[in-house]
Parts: sequence; C-alpha cells; structure tokens
Amino acid sequence: MRVRAQMSMLFHLDKCIGCHTCSVACKNLWTDRDGAEYMWWNNVETRPGTGYPTGWEDQEHYKGGWHRDKKGRLKLILHSKGGGVAKAFYNPALPELDDYYDPFTFKYGDLFSAPPSEQQPTAIPISKITGEPVEISSGPNWDDDLGGSDLYARNDPSMDGVDDVVRAQMEEIERVVFNYLPRICNHCLNPSCLAACPSGAIYKRDEDGVVLVNEDKCRGWRMCVSGCPYKKVYYNWNSGKSEKCILCFPRLETGQAPACAHSCVGRIRYMGVLLYDADKIATSAALPDDELLDAQLDMILDPSDPQVIAAAKAAGIDPGWIDSAQRSPIYKFVKEWGMAFPLHPEYRTEAMMFYVPPLSPVMSTIEQNFVKLDIPDERRDFELLEELDKARMPLEYLANLFTVGDSDRIRRVLRIMLAVRTYKRRQSVDGVIDETTIALLDDVGITENMAEAIYSMTTTPTVQDRFVLPPYHREMSLEDVGDPLTAKGETGFGFLQSPRRGA
Amino acid sequence: MNTNDVLFGVLPYVAVTLAIVVGVVRWRRAPFTVSSLSSQLLESRKLYWGSISFHWGLTIILLGHLLALIVPRGFELWNGEPVRLYLLELTGLALGLWAAFGITILIIRRHTSARVRRVTSPMDVVVLLVIATQIVSGIWIAVGYRWGSYWGTGVFVPYVRSLLWFQPEPDYVDPLPLVLKIHVLAFFAFLAVFPFSRLIHIITLPLQYLFRPWQKVIANREPPAAEYVSNNPRTKQLQ
Repeated sequence: MRVRAQMSMLFHLDKCIGCHTCSVACKNLWTDRDGAEYMWWNNVETRPGTGYPTGWEDQEHYKGGWHRDKKGRLKLILHSKGGGVAKAFYNPALPELDDYYDPFTFKYGDLFSAPPSEQQPTAIPISKITGEPVEISSGPNWDDDLGGSDLYARNDPSMDGVDDVVRAQMEEIERVVFNYLPRICNHCLNPSCLAACPSGAIYKRDEDGVVLVNEDKCRGWRMCVSGCPYKKVYYNWNSGKSEKCILCFPRLETGQAPACAHSCVGRIRYMGVLLYDADKIATSAALPDDELLDAQLDMILDPSDPQVIAAAKAAGIDPGWIDSAQRSPIYKFVKEWGMAFPLHPEYRTEAMMFYVPPLSPVMSTIEQNFVKLDIPDERRDFELLEELDKARMPLEYLANLFTVGDSDRIRRVLRIMLAVRTYKRRQSVDGVIDETTIALLDDVGITENMAEAIYSMTTTPTVQDRFVLPPYHREMSLEDVGDPLTAKGETGFGFLQSPRRGA
Repeated sequence: MNTNDVLFGVLPYVAVTLAIVVGVVRWRRAPFTVSSLSSQLLESRKLYWGSISFHWGLTIILLGHLLALIVPRGFELWNGEPVRLYLLELTGLALGLWAAFGITILIIRRHTSARVRRVTSPMDVVVLLVIATQIVSGIWIAVGYRWGSYWGTGVFVPYVRSLLWFQPEPDYVDPLPLVLKIHVLAFFAFLAVFPFSRLIHIITLPLQYLFRPWQKVIANREPPAAEYVSNNPRTKQLQ
C-alpha cells in the first residue's frame, strides 16, 4: 500500500442552479488575459447538450483518454510515444478555436466617439483576437438551457445507448428536460494529458494531487489538449504555452477553498482530502469497462482504518491531513453513502472530482388539457421511488455520464435521495415517522442516522462542513526548497518574469 | 582581408557563437519564451498542408547535408554508379520542392489568415525570409548546377572542415557562383537568427519522451518526513 493524498471536489448536481457564478469567479481570477479569453477552466454546461468545447465527449474525434487494447494493456488513444514525437509538426487531434468559440467583445469606444446623428450609436461586436468585426455564431454558454434543442441536445454523445422512444419523448416540448454539469479539471490519478506531454512539462503534485503545467518546460506541442478526454487543458495562442485549472492551489495553500467552490451560490460544491492507494493506479485503470468504477472507488482508503493511518504516516503524510481526510465530506458522499461518482470513468484517467446525480421531475401526460402525473394518487407520497424509470432525465443518460452505463447504480443514489426527502417530510410535516418510512430507509439501504447525516450535509452544511481544508504547512515547504532566512526581506517569489510571448 | 574572407571566414564563427551563447542564455534565463509558438489552434487546415511538408522536407534535406559532411567518401562511392547519382539527386530535388511547397503555403497562411497575422512577429517574417532564401537557392543549385552531391564533397566538405578545425579557408568558396554563396550565407543567417527567434524550438524536439515513464509525480520532500533534514533542496521524482 502506497498512500497518497488527493484534494478532491464534489458537485451536488441536485443543487446546481446553473448561475455560472463559479465560471465568472474563475475567469476573473485566472483567465482574463490575452490568449486565455476563450478558456473556461471552470464551465457549466447544459445537459443533454454538446458541451464545451463542442462535442468534447466524442473521443473518436478528439482522441482523449486511455483505452484497453486487445491484450488488456492500457494505451493512450492519442498516440504511442513514437507517434507523439512524429506528430510534433502537426497535431491531427487538436480542437480548433471555433470548437470552443471565437472570443469577442464590443467596440464600446464607438458609443463615445460617434458623431451626432438621428440614431443611437451602437457598439459592434469585434473579435478579441483580430480586432475585426465579427458575426457572432457562438460564445460562452451559447447552448445554455437549450435542453431539447435539435442542435445541441440531440447531438449529445452521451445520448448514445438511450432508448429511441425515450429520446423521442425528450424532444417533445412538454417533456424537455435538462440539468447543469459544472466541470473543472478532474486532477486525475492517471492523467492522460500528463502522459501525452512530450516535453514532460505536466506533473502531479505529490502533496495534494493537483495536476499542473510547468510553463517554463512547456514547448507548445499541444498534445495535452488532445490527450485530455475532458478537454480541460487549453492552449494559450498568445504565450504559446498550455494552461489548465490549478485547483486554485495558491488559495488552498492559504486555507481558502478554490474560487469556483467558494463563490458557489447553490452551495453545491464540497472540498476535502481523499487518501488513496497509489499502487493500484496502473492495474485498476486497465480493467474491463464494467469493473472500472468499482476499482476506482476501491482505491480510496478508509482514513480511520489504523492500518491506513500507519501507512499514511509512513508515507510522510502530515497528521493534519489525515485528520482532515477523516472529516472529508467527499469521503462521506463517495464511500460512506456511495452517492457520488466520477465523470466518465470509462476514460480510465481516474478522475477525482465527484458528482451526485440529479433528481428530475416524473414524466407527466396530458389528459383533457390537464397535466397528469403518471403516478396513482394513493402513492403520491412515495412519488418517484418505484417509478424512477419515468423520471424525465433518463437514468440511462445519467449512467452514460457517471457509471459507464450502469443505470442501477444511478437508481440506487436517486432512491436514497428520495428516501431522505420522504423521511424528513414525515418528520417535519407529520411530526411522526411511521413504520413505512423506516421500512423505506431500510429498503434503500440507509439507517436513520445516515438519513439525518445526508440531510444535514446536503441541506444545511456550513462553510466549514463543506470545505474541510487540510493544513498545507507552507512554512515547511519553504524549508524544502531553501533556507527560509535567505529569503528574509524578499517578496517571497524570488524572481518574477512577465509571461511575455517568445519571438 | 577582403569581403569574401569576412563573409566566409569570420561570419560563420559569429553566427555559431551567437547561436550557442545566446541560445544557452535564453534557455536558462527565459525558458518561458522557448516554445514552438504553434498557431494551429487559430488556423488548422492550411497548416496541415504547410507545416508537415515544410518540416519533413527540410529536416530530411538537412540530415542529408549533414551526412555528406560526415561521410563524404560514402557519397562518392554511392555516386560511382550514375543511376544511383540520379536517384540521390532526384530525391534531394523532390524533398526541396516539397519543402518549398510547404513554406509557400505557410507564407500565404501568415498573410491571409487574420488570426495568424495577430500572432506574427517581425522576427517570424525574418525567419520565413531566411529559410525561403535557403530553399529557393537550394533548388536553383539542384537544377542549375547539377550533381551537387558529386562535386559538393570536393568543394564544400573541405571548406566546412577548415571551419571546424579553426583554420578557415574561405578561398574554397571564392570562385563559386553567386547562388551557391547565397545558399551558404543563408545558412549562417539561419544560425545567427536561431537564438533570437522561434527557431530555438528546434532543440526542444522532445526525444526524451520516448524514454520517460507515462506518469510523473513530483514531491518536495522524500518520505518519511520525520527523517528529513531541512535546508537540503531535494526534489524527488516518484514513479
């Protein structure tokens, strides 16, 4: 057992309201620069939809992630090592700018400099790259809320495998459904961007698992952009270097949650430490598709297990981190309650950001101009529980996103969430919890204590409950790279160069 | 010392010194500026036709020149049979034309794509001019002064060797036609421009990728932390 720590984030999709505050917080902090204006290290996409960049899940086109070859070995979809060097002159799997969108702004100066005239002056849209007028045809969140659209929802790669009848229903205007999917870099355990980087500029930090690009070593071969199946590494056309989400590590190191999580209006995001067994990475990523998810979740270790604690200490993990891992809300959701999954585990990168799948309303039918739920009246209280297959968001679709197509696992999570709801409703409205409700909890496999814990972590968590941040001990890290006394009186960075484009 | 001596006896040393000294300083002091500066994100279709032809054509031709310099005897022996001489010359010409096709597209692309123009620096224009001169003069020689792989070993190899042994003999080049001189001078210009331009990406060709493990985890300190002695800057690469 080789214990390592990973800073992990969890997204409770049932709470996401799609306000994009996270995206804006991130943009203002990190990507408000020339060459980075088209990048959204954090983006929120409407699902079903094609996402950002358009159709990023279509790996036959974009070649991201790993696959298991016929002999059961783990291979990059993008290239072999020799192929990676041979393709240095042209990367055939690189998304183009228009796959993201042409960044634009408006010529606001015209509003002030226009000569007097009958009409109000207008600010025409111009490209942020060329400065020339543009016809805007796409932009950030161009497909926002277009759940049933022909252009976006219908072309969602994850709709493959969803029953044709269900698909047809979803395109009817009365039954259109969508939910939001916030995405940041998954800071994977088996990152394929890192493996694809010919320069060796990308690395995973040992202390917290954050995957970073060393900008001084990056030579702009752009293989990481293609290699990442989530398309969360971006090429800065101005600096000629690749960039990605850094999980706000400067904030984490000073005890603050990442900007996206901190600013989250719906409070859907949780942060915490997970301990995992690094010895299992290579084997678990090479398993057949149906074993992938279990293998990945099995790698996560119980931080209260004395053996794990001893191994963690032996691996040099700070006691503060172990303590933090024991209180981690991510561990609770992922392991204790089994309610959260990584996004697309079939990409075999072992993504470490987790998602609680969202509930959706039950399908309704229209009779005599009245909307009627497809549920007998006497069972209204238990609503969806037994009728989850009638949920507007098809379980198969959610399963394609989170559980390699296993809709039973999604069903189990949604049933837990519904059972907790019913339990709390009985408790707060009726004042009594009857035996049927207790039986219901039993049926979905949770206890009353668990129901209470899930309820309070979902509905009423404080900032400290949601963000259990470990002590980074920067004072000790400083000692690792030099004598702290020599840095006395310096700014702390040693030297700084402006990130100017080379000639 | 006449002009010929300066151009072919002094200039090569200036160019090589610039390439090495400035190259090393830039690599060490401003590594952020070292990049292939790809513009594929902004324009991909023309780049496909331009970049692949240009890079492969030029790289193979350059390696051919280098080979002639290292084993001139081998070239002479190979060319002993006329058929093989024709084959070699034709291959060289074809590669030159391939590279010329590539650079033509790249120049057109820089000129016509507004997005690519945005990331075009004056130095990029210089680089394109120098390399275009190199390619055009090379093709000219291949057509106008045929069988270069045959006579080149007798003219250029002694000249370049004289440079390498620090006993420059620019007189070897003096009687040659102008276009041959231009071809040689363009190479010196290429070397001189190399450290100041994007050409520096040539030495970043990531051959080390072939030998590194797939994954890379970097730790500040070696575990276990308890035994660690501070003030000792160690960076251990795990896995």
